[in-house]
Amino acid sequence: MLMAHVRAHRVLPGFGLSLGFTLAYLSLIVLIPLSAVFLRTSALSFEAFWQAVSSPRVVASYRLSFGASLLAAAINTVFGFLLAWSLVRYRFPGKRIVDALIDLPFALPTAVAGISLTALYAQNGWLGQFLEPLGIKIAFTPVGVLIALIFIGLPFVVRTVQPVLEDLDTEIEEAAACLGAGRLQTVRRVVLPTLLPALLTGFALAFARAVGEYGSVIFIAGNLPMVSEITPLIIITKLEQYDYTGATAVAAVMLVVSFLLLLVINGLQGWTDRRSARVR
Amino acid sequence: MALGATTLGDTRSGAARFEANTATRDPPWVKAAILAGALGFFVLFLLLPLIAVFVESLRRGWQVYLAALVEPDALSAIWLTLLIAGIAVPLNLVFGVAAAWAITKFDFPGKQLLITFIDLPFSVSPVIAGLVFVLVFGAQGWFGPWLIANDIKIIFAVPGMVLATIFVTFPFVARELIPLMQTQGRDEEEAALVLGASGWQMFKKVTLPNIKWALLYGVILCNARAMGEFGAVSVVSGHIRGQTNTMPLHVEILYNEYQFTAAFAVASLLALLALVTLVVKTYVEWRSAQVATVATEGEAP
Repeated sequence: MLMAHVRAHRVLPGFGLSLGFTLAYLSLIVLIPLSAVFLRTSALSFEAFWQAVSSPRVVASYRLSFGASLLAAAINTVFGFLLAWSLVRYRFPGKRIVDALIDLPFALPTAVAGISLTALYAQNGWLGQFLEPLGIKIAFTPVGVLIALIFIGLPFVVRTVQPVLEDLDTEIEEAAACLGAGRLQTVRRVVLPTLLPALLTGFALAFARAVGEYGSVIFIAGNLPMVSEITPLIIITKLEQYDYTGATAVAAVMLVVSFLLLLVINGLQGWTDRRSARVR
Repeated sequence: MALGATTLGDTRSGAARFEANTATRDPPWVKAAILAGALGFFVLFLLLPLIAVFVESLRRGWQVYLAALVEPDALSAIWLTLLIAGIAVPLNLVFGVAAAWAITKFDFPGKQLLITFIDLPFSVSPVIAGLVFVLVFGAQGWFGPWLIANDIKIIFAVPGMVLATIFVTFPFVARELIPLMQTQGRDEEEAALVLGASGWQMFKKVTLPNIKWALLYGVILCNARAMGEFGAVSVVSGHIRGQTNTMPLHVEILYNEYQFTAAFAVASLLALLALVTLVVKTYVEWRSAQVATVATEGEAP
């Protein structure tokens, strides 16, 4: 049955060639190299693995990487929603430029973002000079890490919520208004629940990106062990000390987290599609 | 020209539609508060960092700016960046078209898994993207002893940087093409074949014109990431000045040597590239919206 179905559509040429090339290229560039991390890790004894991934300095880096990424994704979810709402619902001058520049973090190299954010938030920087007298230090502290992660995660939330908001039928809001709901009630009880899957997807995408981020963070973080050292930097430091097993073990932990996040994101995206299809 | 005006009018009426409707209109103070919050955040986190790159790069005048760009190490970094993107982008372009062709024009088991695998590099930290090639080709890696015996350098040399760049930019083209080609289906290609076109003619005259804007967009994004990649390339580069330094790595070296103006000068080139990417993206989106409008208008009786 299945084979008959497959054959029925092979009118077009190039199935064998295109799929064969795709699988070969995917295996050579992505799958085999990634498998090296797990094969190398599985060669370790459990004690050696556990020692590498649970030393205090590494654990401190998990706390910073995951904590700052969660907080950055949460902040981005709030402000990303406000930006998406403004872009879809309001008219204001410069809207097209704002809309185009939302994707800047996708296009701007991370190292450029890193040195630029440092120039803004360093003690004598554009913004840092006003914060310093107030006793607020951002660059070279965990707050600096947070700022960089907010920068790189913002477009994920806006670009996930914006299309759903655009496709949202005004009829449900009209119905709510007709039935006597106030504007706040309508948004809270009708609009936000419809957007929830998209908001959660944006949150998860921003979080997943932030956990692995390296370039934009290391300039502004100061990279103090136990204080402002992120997990990807731990991997680099171990590599530079020729501690390949340690680097690989920490990388394996991060990869497992990334794969779990990928599963969650796939599930959330399916939910978003079903939810918006039903509303439409 | 008239068409362009319609499209513009339509986009405007998008927001106007909500503002004219009492059920979807927010009170003026709510609109003001939301706009202030959203735009304040936008200026603080996106606009200021962008402006800072250019202001800092020109802080000491045009001469210093230009000198930082024509200095030999900077020129070699620019050349290497172009070279790496010049290899990585075409390879991923061919892969993207092949993968999208196989996935959207044929049915086979495991398709969803294949799509997930193609997206995989997006969810892997760039640092790990570099590490995996060290584990395969590095001195202690799988092929390390053999490579050393045959005097082939991959890690801490250009081939490793190309591989790491291909890895991080792997999904871009495929990801743009797959959703588009899925909605386009296979009817047009099948018609071309029935009418006697060869496989290559069908691809050139039917498929390519249908996907050209998405293809261009995918290539532009892929290129921006390839030229700007930092983490993955940093792990495999070895940071040899004038030999294995790309522009982003050169920015880091200058910055760490407190040559801030020079660092920002090189960074400003990369920021310009990012701006060009965004302009092309906006244009491509506008073009495909226009095509969609024409298509729906054509369908309407």
